[in-house]
Amino acid sequence: MLLGAIVWVLAVVICYFFLGHYWWFPPPISEHGQAYDTQFMATLWVTGIIFFLAQVALGYVIIRFRDKGGTAKYSHGNNTLETVWTSATAILFIGLVLAGTRIWASVHFAEAPADAVRVEVLGKQFAWSFRYAGPDGKFGRTDLKQINDQGGNPFGIDEKDPAGKDDITSASLKVPAGKPILLILKSRDVIHNFFVRELRLKQDLVPGMEIPFHFQADKIGVYEVPCSELCGLGHHQMRTTMEVMAEADFEKWKQEQAAQK
Amino acid sequence: MSSPVVAHGAPTGFIRRYIFSLDHKVIGIQYYFLALFSVFLGMSLSVLMRFHMVYPDAKVSWFEKLWPTGAAGGIMTPELYLSLMTMHGTIMVFFVLTTAPQSGFGNYFLPIQIGAEDMAFPVLNMLSFWTTFLALVVMLAAFFVPGGAPLSGWTAYPPLSAVGPISGPGEGMGQTLWIISIAIFCGASLMGAINFIATTIDLRARGMSMMRLPLTCWSWFVTAILGLLGFAVLLAAGVLLLLDRLAGTSFFLPAGLSINDQILNHKGGSPLLWQHLFWFFGHPEVYIAILPGMGLASQMLATFARKPIFGYRAMVYAILGIGFLGFFVWGHHMFMSGMNPYSAMAFSILTMSIGVPSAIKTFNWIGTLWGGRIRFTTAMLFALGFVSLFVTGGISGIFLGQPALDLYFHDTYFVVGHFHMIMGVAAIFGMFGGTFYWFPKMFGRMMNETMGKIHFYLTFLGVYAIFTPMHFLGIAGNPRRYADFTNFEFMNNLMPIHKFMTHAAIFTALVQLIFVFNLFWSMRKGKKAPMNPWDATTLEWTVPSPPPFDNFAGKHPVVSHGAYEYSVPGAAKDYIMQSDPA
Amino acid sequence: MARSATTDIIGGRGAPPPTRDFGGDDGDSGGRGASRRASFTGLLVLLAASVMFFAAFTSAFFVRRGMSNDWVETPLPRILWVNTGVLVASSLALELARRALRSGRRAAFNRYWTGATVLGALFLCGQYLAWRQLNAAGIYLATNPSSSFFFLLTCVHAVHLVGGISALGYIDVQALLLRLGPGKRTAVDVSAYFWHFLDAIWIYLMALFFFWG
Repeated sequence: MLLGAIVWVLAVVICYFFLGHYWWFPPPISEHGQAYDTQFMATLWVTGIIFFLAQVALGYVIIRFRDKGGTAKYSHGNNTLETVWTSATAILFIGLVLAGTRIWASVHFAEAPADAVRVEVLGKQFAWSFRYAGPDGKFGRTDLKQINDQGGNPFGIDEKDPAGKDDITSASLKVPAGKPILLILKSRDVIHNFFVRELRLKQDLVPGMEIPFHFQADKIGVYEVPCSELCGLGHHQMRTTMEVMAEADFEKWKQEQAAQK
Repeated sequence: MSSPVVAHGAPTGFIRRYIFSLDHKVIGIQYYFLALFSVFLGMSLSVLMRFHMVYPDAKVSWFEKLWPTGAAGGIMTPELYLSLMTMHGTIMVFFVLTTAPQSGFGNYFLPIQIGAEDMAFPVLNMLSFWTTFLALVVMLAAFFVPGGAPLSGWTAYPPLSAVGPISGPGEGMGQTLWIISIAIFCGASLMGAINFIATTIDLRARGMSMMRLPLTCWSWFVTAILGLLGFAVLLAAGVLLLLDRLAGTSFFLPAGLSINDQILNHKGGSPLLWQHLFWFFGHPEVYIAILPGMGLASQMLATFARKPIFGYRAMVYAILGIGFLGFFVWGHHMFMSGMNPYSAMAFSILTMSIGVPSAIKTFNWIGTLWGGRIRFTTAMLFALGFVSLFVTGGISGIFLGQPALDLYFHDTYFVVGHFHMIMGVAAIFGMFGGTFYWFPKMFGRMMNETMGKIHFYLTFLGVYAIFTPMHFLGIAGNPRRYADFTNFEFMNNLMPIHKFMTHAAIFTALVQLIFVFNLFWSMRKGKKAPMNPWDATTLEWTVPSPPPFDNFAGKHPVVSHGAYEYSVPGAAKDYIMQSDPA
Repeated sequence: MARSATTDIIGGRGAPPPTRDFGGDDGDSGGRGASRRASFTGLLVLLAASVMFFAAFTSAFFVRRGMSNDWVETPLPRILWVNTGVLVASSLALELARRALRSGRRAAFNRYWTGATVLGALFLCGQYLAWRQLNAAGIYLATNPSSSFFFLLTCVHAVHLVGGISALGYIDVQALLLRLGPGKRTAVDVSAYFWHFLDAIWIYLMALFFFWG
C-alpha cells in the first residue's frame, strides 16, 4: 500500500539526513562539549533505532495486513509481549537520563574552582554587557539610578564606590583559553538567555536573581552569542560574541582596558 | 425492561435549535466550527510568520492596510511578527487543540457512546460553548486595541508580560485582554469538565461498565480531569499576573527593574513563580491536546483493521498513567530557568517515565494492526498517519527531557519541531480522522473519499516537510522566536532550510482548502450515509445518521459486549455491536 | 425533575430553562437517581477545581513569603473573627433547615434557610468592613506581599460566596413561593454542601493568615 511505502521512504530519508550531519553542531571547544556530544550521539542512536524500527513496523503492517479477504485474527493482546516491551522502553529511557547525570552535575552541582575568572554578565533589552573586576579584584557596587547606557555604564556602577573605579565594562565577552570561567548572570529588565553553541551551554538571566554559571573554553576563536529567551521586539538582534584568547593575550587586553580608565 | 422516556418536546425555533441549543450534538458541532475557524486563523498567522522569516524586508501593501502601525510601509516589524507568533500559539493551543478533540467530538459522541440521552447538565453545556465563544472574541479583540496583540508568546513570561507597554508594543491593553480571555476560557473549560466527568460516571447505560467503554470515552474522561485541575491553576496565575499589571502588586516582579530608562518600584516577586504555575497547567495541557486524538486513533484502527484493540486494559492504564504522570513533569520546561538543578533531575526521570505509557500505546496500535484486515478509508489513513507522526514527535522528546541535552536545545527550533510534530500535526491528524470517521453520523452523508485521500497524502508529506527540518535547525543552534535571522553569521547557512520550510508551509496550507471544500460540499452533496457505514461496534452506530434529538428515540440501550469485538470466531458477522444480545 | 443544581450555583438568576427529563426508572442512566448522583458528581468536580485554585494561590503564598524580606504580617482586623462565627452559624442554620425539610417541617425550613442566607450576606458585609478597616490603617492591596495575598484570597473567597448566596437565595425564593417540590431536593443538598465547602475554605484561610500571614 502506498502509505506503507511512504512511511518507509520517510524513515529512510530522515535517518539519512541525521546520519549525514548536513546541518550539525559546530565543533565543541571544551571537554564538557565533547561529553555533551557523546551523550547526544548515544541518545540519537537509541532513539534513531527506535524511530526506524517503529516506522518500519508501521509500514510493514500496513502493507502486509491490508484487506485481502479472509478473517482477521481475534486477539485481545499478549501480556508477555506487553511486559517485555514496556520494561525495555523504561530501562532504555531512564538509562539515558542517568547516563547524562554526570554532565548535568558537572555544570550545575559542582562549584566553580576558586581561581576561576569572574565575569558579570548583564542582559538588557537588547544588548549584552560584561564586567570584569579590574586590578583590585573587587566588583564595585551598583545603583540602578546611575545606569547610563550612553555614558558606558550599563551596570550602573556607583561612582562613589572606589572598588568600582577600575571595573572593566565590555560589550563582548573575552575569556582566556584553558582557564575556568565563572559568569554571574544578571538581568535588569526581562528574562534573557546566554547561549554559546560551541560550549554546548545556555542559561537564563532572570531579573531579581544572580545566577552563577561556570565553564572552561579550550579553543581559541570568536563565537556568536544569540539571546535565547524571548525578551521583546529586539530579541533577534540581541547579539554579542565570546572571544576565547590565549591567556597572555587576555591579560594584555585587561591591561589595555585598565589603562583607558 | 426499559420503559419509554417521559417525552420532553424537541426544541423548536431557529434560536433554540441552532444558537442556544441544549442538545449536546449541536453544541459539539458549534465547538467544532469554532475550532475550524480558529485553525484557519492560526494557520494564516503561521504562514505570515514563515513568510516574514525568509523575506523580512519584503514590502506587502496589504500588510499596511491590516496593521498600519505594525507594518508601516508594508514591511512587517519585529514586534508585529512577535504578536502574530503569540496569537498563533495561543489560538492554536486553546481554541483548536483544547476545543475540537474534547469539546467538539467529545460533546457530540460521549453521551451517545455511553448510551445516554444527553450530557448530565445541558444548560451548563450550552453556557460552556458560549463562554468559549466569548473568550475567543476577547482574544481577537487584542488585535484591534492600541498597541495591538501582545508579543510575549503564548507562555507570557513576566517581567516581559507584567510591566505594561514599556517592555514592548502590545504589552498594554493587548496583553490585558489576552489574560482576560484566558481567564474566561478557564471558566468555560471548568464547565465542560463538570459535564464530561459527571456524564461518564453517572449516565452510562446498563451494562456499560468502565472497562467496556470505548477508548475515546476514557480519553475524554481523563482529559476532563486534567483540564479541571490544570485550568484552575492557570486561572490563579492569570489573576496574579493581572494584579501585577494593574494593581501594583509584586507577585512576579522583583526589585531592581530598569526598563526603557524607567526604574520600577516593584519588590521581591519571582518570575520563576509564574513559570511554575503556568507550566503546572501547561504540561497537562499538552496531554489534553493529545489524549483524545489517541483515543480516536485507537477507535479507528480497531474499526478499520477489523480487530480488537491490542491490550485494551493496558491502553486504559496508559491513558490513566499519562494523565497522572503529566502533573509531575512540568519542570522540564524550566531546566534552564534558574530553578534548583536537583529538582531538574527529578523532573527529568519523571518525564522519561511518561515515555513508557506512550510507548505502550504505540506498540499496542501496531499490535492492533498486526493480523488485521485493513481497510484504507480516509479516516484510517489519518489514524495511521497519526501513529507515524506520534512516533516522530514523541521521539524528539527523549532529547529534550534530559537536562544535560537541554543545555543546548532549550529555546531552539528543536523544541519547536518537537511540539509541532506532536501537537500541531499528530493531534490535528486525530481531528481530521475523527471528521472523516464521524461525519456520516453527524451529517447523514459520506465525505468524498477521493478528495479525502488526496488531502491526506499531500498533508502527510507536507507536514513532514515543514517540521522535520526544524530538528536540524535546532541541532545547528538556531534559536526560536526570532523575527529574522539576519544578525547572525551562523544562521546565514540555515536560510535554505527556512526557505524550504516556508514553501512547504504555504503549499500545505493551500492543500487544507481541499479539506474545507470536501467538508462543506459533502454536507450538501455527499452520498447518503447508512446507519453504520464502517460496520463498527460502538453505540453511536446503532442510531440513525444523524441521530434524533434524544439520541436513542426513547429506548435505553443495554450493553453486553466490550467495545472492540471484531472478527470474533464463530460470530455471524465480523463484528458484534456493544448492544447486540449477549 | 431537578434543574441542574450546578447551573443554580453558577448562573443563579433568570428563568428556569426547560428541563431535560432522563425518564425511566431502571438502568444506570435515566431516572431521577442518575440525575441526583450526577449533580453530586458535578459538585465534586467543581469543588476539586476550587481546591486547586486555592492550592495554587497557597503555593504562591508560601513561595513569595519564603523569598522576600519585605513580608510584613497583616494585622487581622478583629471583625474577621465575628465574620467567621457568622459563617459557621450560617452553615449550622443550613443543616437545621435540611433536617427540617427531611421531616416535612416546611415553616422551620423556611426560617432556617432564610436565616442562613441572611447570615451569608452579613458575612460579606463584614468582609467589606474588614477591608475598609485595613485601608484606614494604610494597608492596601499592593502595600506589601502579605497584604496582597490577604486581599486577594479574601476577595476570591467572597466571589465564590456570591455564587453560593445566589444559590441559597434562589432556593429561598422558591421555598417562599411554595415552589420547592421534592424534585428540588438535590438542589437544596448541593447548595448546602457547596456552602459548607466555602465555610471550610474560610476556616482554612483564617488559619493561613493567623499562623503565616
